[in-house]
Amino acid sequence: MCSLPVPREPLRRVAVTGGTHGNEMSGVCLAQHWLRAPGELQRPSFSAMPVLANPAATAACRRYMDRDLNRTFTNTFLTARAHPDDPYEVTRARELNQLLGPMASGGAFDFVLDLHNTTANMGTCLIVDTAHNVFAMHLYRHLQMLSPELPCRVILYKLPKEESGSLNSVAKNGMALELGPQPQGVLRADLFTRMRALVAAALDFIQLFNQGTAFPAFEMEAYRVLRGMDFPRTEAGDLAGTVHPQLQDRDFEPLRPGAPIFQMFSGEDVLYEGESTVYPVFINEAGYYDKGIAFLQTEKLTFSVPALSMLAPAPTPGP
Amino acid sequence: MTSCHVFEDPIKKVAIFGGTHGNELTGVFLVKHWLENGAEIQRTGIEVKPFITNPRAVKNCTRYIDCDLNRVFDPENLGKKMSEDLPYEVRRAQEINHLFGPKDSEDSCDVIFDLHNTTSNMGCTLILEDSRNDFLIQMFHYIQTSLAPLPCYVYLIDHPSLKYATTRSIAKYPVGIEVGPQPQGILRADILNQMRKIIKHALDFIYNFNKGKEFPPCTIEVYKIMEKVDYPRNENGEITAIIHPDLQDQDWKPLHPGDPVFITLDGETIPLGGDWTVYPVFINEAAYYEKKEAFAKTTKLTLTAKRLCSSLH
Repeated sequence: MCSLPVPREPLRRVAVTGGTHGNEMSGVCLAQHWLRAPGELQRPSFSAMPVLANPAATAACRRYMDRDLNRTFTNTFLTARAHPDDPYEVTRARELNQLLGPMASGGAFDFVLDLHNTTANMGTCLIVDTAHNVFAMHLYRHLQMLSPELPCRVILYKLPKEESGSLNSVAKNGMALELGPQPQGVLRADLFTRMRALVAAALDFIQLFNQGTAFPAFEMEAYRVLRGMDFPRTEAGDLAGTVHPQLQDRDFEPLRPGAPIFQMFSGEDVLYEGESTVYPVFINEAGYYDKGIAFLQTEKLTFSVPALSMLAPAPTPGP
Repeated sequence: MTSCHVFEDPIKKVAIFGGTHGNELTGVFLVKHWLENGAEIQRTGIEVKPFITNPRAVKNCTRYIDCDLNRVFDPENLGKKMSEDLPYEVRRAQEINHLFGPKDSEDSCDVIFDLHNTTSNMGCTLILEDSRNDFLIQMFHYIQTSLAPLPCYVYLIDHPSLKYATTRSIAKYPVGIEVGPQPQGILRADILNQMRKIIKHALDFIYNFNKGKEFPPCTIEVYKIMEKVDYPRNENGEITAIIHPDLQDQDWKPLHPGDPVFITLDGETIPLGGDWTVYPVFINEAAYYEKKEAFAKTTKLTLTAKRLCSSLH
């Protein structure tokens, strides 16, 4: 297994970003609050920097102005020559790459935690590229142990051979924190409080790591994204139906072949015709309608995560 | 005793509006579906027209392009000289008034149903503009009875300063239909099925009325708007407190003086002032942040309608 390199040094340059999507209000409001009063983000070994990632979309209370910022941190966009007609988010991605990156360089931030909301009934989830990110898996474990009564789930989002394009990919390490359900443009106190507590706990974890705490190996489950599933559509490309009531709000529950997934406007049901059980996530997420995604199919994986400690000797590479 | 009767002409022209707010998707997709296949909304003797009111906002999946279409059907905006410089929604309002009005004229549409969604936990809600409209009180009573045990609330916006100039107000009988909670930009099957049932029962009522069915006197409970409440804000206009978790999702339920209303970012609870119990609605509606409305206070009233029958029978 090709694990991401475990940090050898304390993580000192940490950022918490909100408003990457301008209508996901928990992160927007927290970032704006911390920009005025950053004390909450300080720990003995570091101070996390709050960033409002997409100020124009935030002001307009939209997901984005010209294109999805969280799909724009790719090599192609970041290295292309700047042009006055560039989409707003391409320009902004380059600015953030300067601030928090440059991507894949020694000068990049150590860790970026990017705050999101979903309209799907996903509770608390962490979105990480791959299971090889040992540091992220231990951070997950820490958050889950703090509040065992509320499930926290991990989604492995990166499809093989695809660049993630996510904001947190500009840093050496990072993840997205996704809380739902919350409508776009609405701030719910329950999710706001939860996100604030989770960010505090994540920063506490980094502090523990920085001061040399060792974290033992453990087993965990995660949901790996396989593919998207589009809505049924008319010939003109319009929706011809919507998520079936029996699937709505059932994120992370098993979806078996033959179960209803869509209800057509004409009344009939569309059944899931896959050959194996999958675990749908992002069911009926508002931000995915224009991406042609009614939900994402995932598979549930179980794997072991090695122990983590900054002071542990590096595994000796072969001669 | 005939003095207790209200005789009304049969209903000939009905319109169903969707997409007055382009990101409230239930009405958008029901209307689009009925434009393709309208059998479900046809009733003998009645012309029922489904219609997308704000196609540009629908295309962009935003509430509006330049201004809120559901606030510009006042004489001033409808009377403005048509020009490319007018906001898109004002131009569109004039077109709609031409097609389905003119407002306050003999030619206007008899009934307009305007389909909306809210992010608030309001369930099925019918919006009444005039407390003395016996025909609509009878219709709402019929819908409530038909939907039971599913609750269906009536929001009365008859108020000297808080009533607004709605798209449906060009009809003789304007009906707002608001179903929630549903986030903007998504379509939930449960909400869609509820709205579809409301329209079915409403059309059945009109059909029965036209056929000569008599509706005995009835009463309905309504929630009348009293006041809009804004979020606490700082000097820059930024929100400094949000809806308290105890109030979130508690639309239509009594809120007493001293009950928590907001919670500040520092964790301080702000209670309801005043001396009266109120019934809050539109709690934490996404579109009302910019309208400076965290929720609306209502008071509960009972309205009575006289016996109703069609004048042809």
